[in-house]
Amino acid sequence: MPRIVVDVMPKPEILDPQGKAIVGALPRLGFTAFSSVRQGKRFELTVDGEVTEEILAQARNAAETLLSNPVIEDVVNVEVVEA
Amino acid sequence: MTELPLIGEAIAVAAHPQLAGAKIGVVTFPGTLDDRDAARAVRLAGGTAVPLWHADSALGDVDAVVIPGGFSYGDYLRAGAIARFAPLMSKIIDAANSDAKLPVLGICNGFQILTESHLLPGSMIKNDHLKFMCRDQVLRVENSNTAWTLDYEAGQEITVPLKNQDGQYIADEKVLDALEAEGRVVFRYVGFNPNGSRRDIAGISNAAGNVVGLMPHPEHAVEAGFGPASLDGIGGSDTDGLGFFTSVLNKIVGGAK
Repeated sequence: MPRIVVDVMPKPEILDPQGKAIVGALPRLGFTAFSSVRQGKRFELTVDGEVTEEILAQARNAAETLLSNPVIEDVVNVEVVEA
Repeated sequence: MTELPLIGEAIAVAAHPQLAGAKIGVVTFPGTLDDRDAARAVRLAGGTAVPLWHADSALGDVDAVVIPGGFSYGDYLRAGAIARFAPLMSKIIDAANSDAKLPVLGICNGFQILTESHLLPGSMIKNDHLKFMCRDQVLRVENSNTAWTLDYEAGQEITVPLKNQDGQYIADEKVLDALEAEGRVVFRYVGFNPNGSRRDIAGISNAAGNVVGLMPHPEHAVEAGFGPASLDGIGGSDTDGLGFFTSVLNKIVGGAK
């Protein structure tokens, strides 16, 4: 069954407190190469049947209205992944 | 040792009998925690609390609405994001934006629901220090002309409990400047900013002043013997939060300043 993947990230100008916590933990485990971490969200929307343009438009609409809050987040990717 | 009453006596204000006719709806979502406290605060202030369920399709004849704190829908997705689309919320949004300007107060998770609903600008993200924080917090009332702050004086400092993890208020600079210019910053943290909120903002209102949201919990500071002064003595009184509820009740019955 095909899935539509939606990726949401905190806006670049907004300090991401979760990412800050993660970047603090990495060096304690010996991962010293990373100077910054930003944590986002990935949604997988399963579609029964074919992904039409109309369904993809619905997914984009859902991404902007429910899955993300445009005040603090950007939808950075909406794509179809075949199972 | 002085014995405290098991349940605080409802003597905090000498309520005018007329107030009991004012009906304040208190909304419960799956995961709401503070609906009973909010309803109790309404009663202690002299009004009548009306329980509302998120899936209700009508508001009934309530004169104002409180959206209480908690973790609606587990705060999955984002705090308030799913609750915002509950059937009752569309009625509340319409009533708040109507000419009748239904007074709406969002406390903590209720504030998050109001920003997700676009009734109030900005948003809340995780506290800058990443921890859940629970403390008694001093606030300054910056605007005493909203439906929920009429019984306070501008500049008055009040102490009420604060408890949250996603309490950092953010908005872009243009929105923040507009809020300041229009007097819509209603409450500011005093002495200590508990979550990194921009410009120490604890609560804001819409342009008309009927919709107010704040992170701290006035409904937990309404009874002598059970408020901030009794529990840790950082100052203020036990009942500093009661003014929210008397303000709106007085406004409803026409006795407000």
